Amino acid sequence: MTSELHTQSETPIASGLCEEDIRRIVREEIKQAWTKNPASRRAALVASKGTLDWAYPPLILGTAAAAAGLETSVFFTFYGLNIIHKDFERKLKVDPVGNPAMPMPMPLPMPDVLTGMPGMKALSTKMMKSKFAKNHVATIGTLLNEARELGVRLIGCQMTIDVFGYSHSDFRDGVEFAGAAAFMSEARKAHVTMFI
Amino acid sequence: MNADINVDEVVDARDLMCPMPVLAATKAMRRLMPNQVIKVLATDKGALSDIPAWAEDNGYELLSSDTEDGVLIFFIRKTEEQI
Repeated sequence: MTSELHTQSETPIASGLCEEDIRRIVREEIKQAWTKNPASRRAALVASKGTLDWAYPPLILGTAAAAAGLETSVFFTFYGLNIIHKDFERKLKVDPVGNPAMPMPMPLPMPDVLTGMPGMKALSTKMMKSKFAKNHVATIGTLLNEARELGVRLIGCQMTIDVFGYSHSDFRDGVEFAGAAAFMSEARKAHVTMFI
Repeated sequence: MNADINVDEVVDARDLMCPMPVLAATKAMRRLMPNQVIKVLATDKGALSDIPAWAEDNGYELLSSDTEDGVLIFFIRKTEEQI
């Protein structure tokens, strides 16, 4: 392809290359450059939230990225550390307080005074889990295992681990640890970056 | 209707929701050699767009997609040279 273009570029346009030919060549060259660019084969995601509902997007998109053939890293920072904590089952909850979108799994609309009652967090967490299970949505545990199997790099933010008083042994096997600059170095080599 | 396609592995992703059908298909493809074919069964309606997009991203060849009794059926060939 490249050599073909070089040959053509040495001859004047008047030699018979019409506009359509040039457009085709440019399209093909761009496609080639795109597929050759290593950044088009990488994804770098940030997971910053530590609730059950927000644990799904980074794991679903991270595993889907790996399935699409991308070398994928997910950087877990602040509350996102809950997701890769060994005790994620207990830590990941969903709270109806201050969440106007929350009535989704609720049987009835809930006034704010009720959502703040004791036990509502446990109830809404249980309801979301059962709703997801009923609809055959994978659990967070399943997605974490899939991520590992597909080679998604799970990276814990060292600074927030220190601030929250965690140690490396609090996290799942296979989790790596790094700082913001190390993650940035990954992210700048990736076309796909997301902050979740 | 696709009786002439030689299938090397069947991925039964029925009842699985996004992103599980694509993850199951990925793991099956990793086990296969170039030119081998998988058949993917899925009931997640998202698979209708997910499986073709996933195949394209990996440079695999989507041989056919059909629906039978509410089940989406895809035949995908692992190509010789992946992009």
